[in-house]
Amino acid sequence: MTSLPSETKKKLGLVIDLDTCVGCHACATNCKEWNTGGHSAPLPDHNPYGARPDGVWFNRVHSFEVRRGNRPNLTINFPRSCLHCENAGCVTVCPTGASYKRVEDGIVLVNTDKCIGCKLCSWACPYGAREFDEDEGVMKKCTLCIDRIYNENLEPEDRQPACVLTCPAGARHFGDLNDPQSAVSQLTAARHGRDLMPELGYKPTNKYLPPRARKVDSADIGAPDELEVFKAEGFLGWLDTVLSK
Amino acid sequence: MHPAFSVIFFTTSSGAGYGLLALMGIFGAAGLLPADRWVGLAGLFMALTLISTGLLASTFHLGRPERAWRAMTQWRSSWLAREGVMAVLTYIPAGLLGLGWIWFEDTRGLWAVAGIVTAILSWITVVCTAMIYRSLRPIHQWHNDWTVPAYTLLSLMSGAVLMSVLIHLFGVDNNYIQGLTVVTLAAGWGLKTLYWGFNRRSKGLPTVNSALGIDAGDVSVLELPHTSDNYLMKEMGFKVARKHADKLRRISHLLGFALPLALSLLAMFISGYGAIAAVIIAWGSCSLGILVERWLFFAEAKHTVNLYYGATTV
Repeated sequence: MTSLPSETKKKLGLVIDLDTCVGCHACATNCKEWNTGGHSAPLPDHNPYGARPDGVWFNRVHSFEVRRGNRPNLTINFPRSCLHCENAGCVTVCPTGASYKRVEDGIVLVNTDKCIGCKLCSWACPYGAREFDEDEGVMKKCTLCIDRIYNENLEPEDRQPACVLTCPAGARHFGDLNDPQSAVSQLTAARHGRDLMPELGYKPTNKYLPPRARKVDSADIGAPDELEVFKAEGFLGWLDTVLSK
Repeated sequence: MHPAFSVIFFTTSSGAGYGLLALMGIFGAAGLLPADRWVGLAGLFMALTLISTGLLASTFHLGRPERAWRAMTQWRSSWLAREGVMAVLTYIPAGLLGLGWIWFEDTRGLWAVAGIVTAILSWITVVCTAMIYRSLRPIHQWHNDWTVPAYTLLSLMSGAVLMSVLIHLFGVDNNYIQGLTVVTLAAGWGLKTLYWGFNRRSKGLPTVNSALGIDAGDVSVLELPHTSDNYLMKEMGFKVARKHADKLRRISHLLGFALPLALSLLAMFISGYGAIAAVIIAWGSCSLGILVERWLFFAEAKHTVNLYYGATTV
């Protein structure tokens, strides 16, 4: 059923910290590693060791430079994956019922047994979250590691999306954004987490934390503008005077 | 957007087919066309062949064409599903219209009702096709108020151009029908020119800053996530036709609108083989011009995903 639920019990999603992301691509790599054996397996890899490798990835890490006038430039590493939107246009355009948004947790999924590969959902997604699997002729996308987060065969601390678990910088956080008390909601509130392209009205669940203000001047870290000039006294002072001549 | 030939062919071919089918229904019901077996057969055969080959072609770009029947199930939310349902429903009154016209040689009474219903369903089907594009918020060049009028008018226009061929081949001398062809060509040309103008002047709301959630600063790409083109860049980042867009637009102006308009006008004032040749050349030229127009419709559409791949606006 491709009509969207009016509300979902939970809004499971990710909070991604653009301040701490170092752009190492570990999240993308571990995402590929887990998902090529998971719910949507296999994820195609064409010509993986050749000059022009091509394949389906659910997570891609872009790097941007931001020039800000007379302030120092910023480097932004930007992991891009499905935002599990509340108002998921990719679901409503689906003519077959293959795409759906779950009432219990808000996760957007594709039933690849019903998908006809018309690609319309990828056109409807502003964020480029859906990719076409040429081998199977169907659409694939991030499942928020649905086969990890509810997986009772894993230790409780491992029941998180692969990208979150593997991030060495602690830049990715997973939780219920519908619960104002959850760690992700608190983090979003404290750091003014952002929706991407809010003007399109998709109401993405995932939030991006903008970079913190950079510490540019000595005053920013509580240091004096200039170091004090060394002034020796006594014997060392006499020595300093003699040697300075 | 990547202009998939199957979709370009589908929208132009079935667009013309539904236009012709609607006109057959209306003119048949109004008694403007003779209730003659061969006129009905030729007109409905042309319309339904264009529609059916178009619909068939549209399944060629699917990853799993054998599951195409599923595409009619989600009509509650999906314009693509609604289009599929309406396309199939249109065959029913069209079949009845054909039964009356071809078998009983009658287009009055209940057969006329079938004709009117055929025209209405044809129109709704084309509106559904247009709404597929109109409803896509990430593509500003489609998500605007020009898309639906342009699709429906160009469908009627290309149907009228075909209707001209039909009436001239059967020697139906009706300047109302030929006049409609001239009027729709002029109106279609005007509307498409305004639509192109709108797309040249306006941009979508999202920018690379809102795509990243970074308010201030000039953003440029430092590194792409991958070393070769991926699905997104191939499907949404198509640039080949944009390079030649102005040249292609001139071709479309000339072949799609100017030449057919001149020839259709000419056909109102001459008769015999000259008029037949004029309307047939008008049809050929218009078909080519509308194919180019549709190619541009896709190639010039800029998806917001391009903001992550170097575009600063869309």
